[in-house]
Amino acid sequence: MKKLINKDKIFRGILYASAFFLIVLLFGFFITFILESSESLAKFGFSFITGKQWDPVDGHFGAMPFLLGTLMTSFLALIISFPVSIMIAVFLSEYFYKGFFHNIIKTAVELLAGIPSIVFGFWGLFTLVPLIREFQLAIGIEPYGVGIFTSALVLSIMIIPYTASISREVISMVPTDVKEAAYSLGATKFEVIRKIILPYSGSGIFAGALLALGRALGETMAVTMIIGNSNGMPDSIFAPGNTMASVIANEFTEATDSTYVSALIEIGLLLFIVTALINLIGKYIIKKTVQF
Amino acid sequence: MLIENNQNIEVVIEQSNNRLITNEKKLKIRIIKDKMFKYTTVAGALIVTLLLAYIIFYIAKKGISSINWTFITELPKPPGEFGGGVSNAIVGTLIMIAIAAIIAVPVAIAIGVYLSEDKKTKLSYWVRTGLEILQGMPSISIGIVVYVWVVLQMGSFSALSGGIALAIMMLPVVAKSTEETLKMVPYSLKEASMALGVPYYKTLLKVVIPSGLSGILTGILIAIARVAGETAPLLFTSFGNPFMNANVLKPMNSLPLVIFNYASSPYKEWHSLAWGASFLLIVMILILNITAKIISRKWKIKF
Repeated sequence: MKKLINKDKIFRGILYASAFFLIVLLFGFFITFILESSESLAKFGFSFITGKQWDPVDGHFGAMPFLLGTLMTSFLALIISFPVSIMIAVFLSEYFYKGFFHNIIKTAVELLAGIPSIVFGFWGLFTLVPLIREFQLAIGIEPYGVGIFTSALVLSIMIIPYTASISREVISMVPTDVKEAAYSLGATKFEVIRKIILPYSGSGIFAGALLALGRALGETMAVTMIIGNSNGMPDSIFAPGNTMASVIANEFTEATDSTYVSALIEIGLLLFIVTALINLIGKYIIKKTVQF
Repeated sequence: MLIENNQNIEVVIEQSNNRLITNEKKLKIRIIKDKMFKYTTVAGALIVTLLLAYIIFYIAKKGISSINWTFITELPKPPGEFGGGVSNAIVGTLIMIAIAAIIAVPVAIAIGVYLSEDKKTKLSYWVRTGLEILQGMPSISIGIVVYVWVVLQMGSFSALSGGIALAIMMLPVVAKSTEETLKMVPYSLKEASMALGVPYYKTLLKVVIPSGLSGILTGILIAIARVAGETAPLLFTSFGNPFMNANVLKPMNSLPLVIFNYASSPYKEWHSLAWGASFLLIVMILILNITAKIISRKWKIKF
């Protein structure tokens, strides 16, 4: 009997230990980031974020161009993909809630979610970049092809599944009797969607957009391949640039002196904090919406 | 008097007629708006789907043409020479996924079991929050931390460190799906087992976990599908290697790294290797996802 109780205790202990392990792991992440970037944190302080110059040779490290690059690509991607994702969500949940078209679109979106980001980058590099280059030639600006706009396009395709699937889920949670009440008063489908469904599921859709934004912010490989990797301040949305994630991917293995490495790790720390906050807010909103 | 009255009535009739007409007009406008919205939504969704289908077909077309026996069995050749394959990357991907699964799965299942047992304690709240943070974490950040923890300590890039980075990415997916599945196992099952005098740990191991096995398995497959295409955490951990290598303490190649390195090279032969690798990767992920779906559909928990 005693043996059994001991075994029970050991088992509980293992469960507790693994739960604690996760917390320790995350704290470890945070502490590692702070320790490893302490040199650049102490040296540059707040000017790290506002500095516009990134020049490893001179030892100037300002992350402003990358912050801007990250914000521009991800918000642009969100603006492009958001209406489309809502369309897909409404299509799947209100117009074609079963049948052939429903299955096709659902499968396509699910397939899309499974394609690795590196493949998207590769595809973008070979099909999208020449297209954009021609477009830029046509409107008479420097034909880089690569750049912030191209990356935003690829990102927007990549985040469609996130917004679309979460929006679909919250739209399907709108109570049927409320919708039917509106229909019985003579409302058209458009009016039901605009005045009942969208207000009802608004916060959930917003949360879906936030989660997609979090994903776009941290996205590395696709962007690294098609953003052009220039460390200057981006002067237009067509200019080549760099994001926080892509600069780490590009320069981390080449960084030689310790200030350089710690500056790159500080960028990683910033990225970590921003994405963690956005994700937590998004998940919190979803939890609140799901409860009713 | 009568004539005036008649006129009045006519005016009233005309007014109400007018109102009817404007109402009808309004209704028409509403219907037109409804139709227009429907058509734009359907058109938008279809166009996007076509675009997605185009992307998938494009990759498949480019990829299939470069996949053959030598692609799977041979090593990459130097630039300019035709042929060659990515056997080392295929082996590397499999080895690193195996390492990741061996490390992540037991820990993740234990975390999931803990969360489904202690639903509302403080620790479980923090563990859930931690899992959410970990799930949303940019993969490149995980790469940095594993570089500092493992690569710097061991002094060289290695497949082991790549596997550890992938394991950290797998952890939240498996833990979450384990928790969700075990929550669905009815409490009466556990009570029945306990009432028969089966100790707590045996109840969990032999009753609760086996009845949720399909969900756990699905979670593992989905997690593998998620990390199979990850490149960012491997850049500074497993690093890549043009030669065949089965030593986990040495740098090792993987399919995503092949795509990254060859896609940005100027050589046509390497591009076609990269297309082949992309296609192989997508097919692999697709098979994993479909298997996961079939398992979760066939072995659904029913009580």
